[in-house]
Amino acid sequence: MKFIKYLAVGILFGIVMTKSEAVSWFRIQEMFRFESFHMYGIIGTAVVLGAIGVAIFKKFNIKSVDGGDLRLRDKTFSVPRYLFGGIIFGLGWAMTGACPGPLFTLLGQGVWSILLVIVSAVAGTYLYGAVRAKLPH
Amino acid sequence: MIEWISQPWHWAVSGAMIALVMWLLLWFGGEFGVSSTLKTMCTIGGAGKRYEFFNFDWKAQIWNLVFIGGAVIGGFLGVTVFGSPEPVQIAESTQEYLNSVGIDTPQTLAEGRGYVPQEIFALDNIFSVVNLIVLVVGGVLIGFGTRWAGGCTSGHAISGLSNLQLPSLIAVVGFFIGGLVMAWGILPFLLTM
Repeated sequence: MKFIKYLAVGILFGIVMTKSEAVSWFRIQEMFRFESFHMYGIIGTAVVLGAIGVAIFKKFNIKSVDGGDLRLRDKTFSVPRYLFGGIIFGLGWAMTGACPGPLFTLLGQGVWSILLVIVSAVAGTYLYGAVRAKLPH
Repeated sequence: MIEWISQPWHWAVSGAMIALVMWLLLWFGGEFGVSSTLKTMCTIGGAGKRYEFFNFDWKAQIWNLVFIGGAVIGGFLGVTVFGSPEPVQIAESTQEYLNSVGIDTPQTLAEGRGYVPQEIFALDNIFSVVNLIVLVVGGVLIGFGTRWAGGCTSGHAISGLSNLQLPSLIAVVGFFIGGLVMAWGILPFLLTM
């Protein structure tokens, strides 16, 4: 039962990804070609509102539903892992037109070929785990 | 009501709803980060026996798997119950460019919803060499890159930037460097091979 709330917000997320068109391969090409404000508007609005909400959560020390601290820890600073990892992911994002959230949303839309991308993404994650010690972080 | 929701959403509404999803996940005791579920899947598959990185208690991540399961259902509802009356409308200039590399943008629902191009994603087309590269290499890059960077669009661009994390800003700069190289350099070359 404790997972039902996550299922509900997941369903909301899938609907939002679809109706926002953030799952669209076409929208992602348009974004990286700077030919529309649409995706920038979505991300920008989410970040500005998100930041205001997070600031309020912190200021009033809001707790989670089960009374614990919210997961708002600071990330350890470094450059290589974020920059190089980010570049690799960016290549894949523009290529497939999907980041991880849309991968699962597209599956629900009945785009069966996206399963190939999902399986490959799991393989890519495994590959990272295998070579992790040799990479700069 | 359903008809009203079914219209394509304004970007401001969409952005606000994404912020709402992030707040709800935080409030529930979770966090908004989809790519970590890929790691969880590796662990469930037994990767922890070979690599320490995957050796963690995946049961603590079940909530996130349930969340992406919900996203699958939401994707289904988004194109059925709340299906748009028209395909995704993108900029003329993007359509012209895509046309020049052999990708048609759907103009009517009969031609497609405008979420993925049939030339790459239709089941009849996925086994061409170029399309396999796009789908398989693209997927590997997503999995490898997100784990190296420790997050994807949800974990860094939305959650991380909302929490004013400098590392997330560096990651987002990386996302764009990679995205621009792919969109302007590699993809047009691949699609016209």
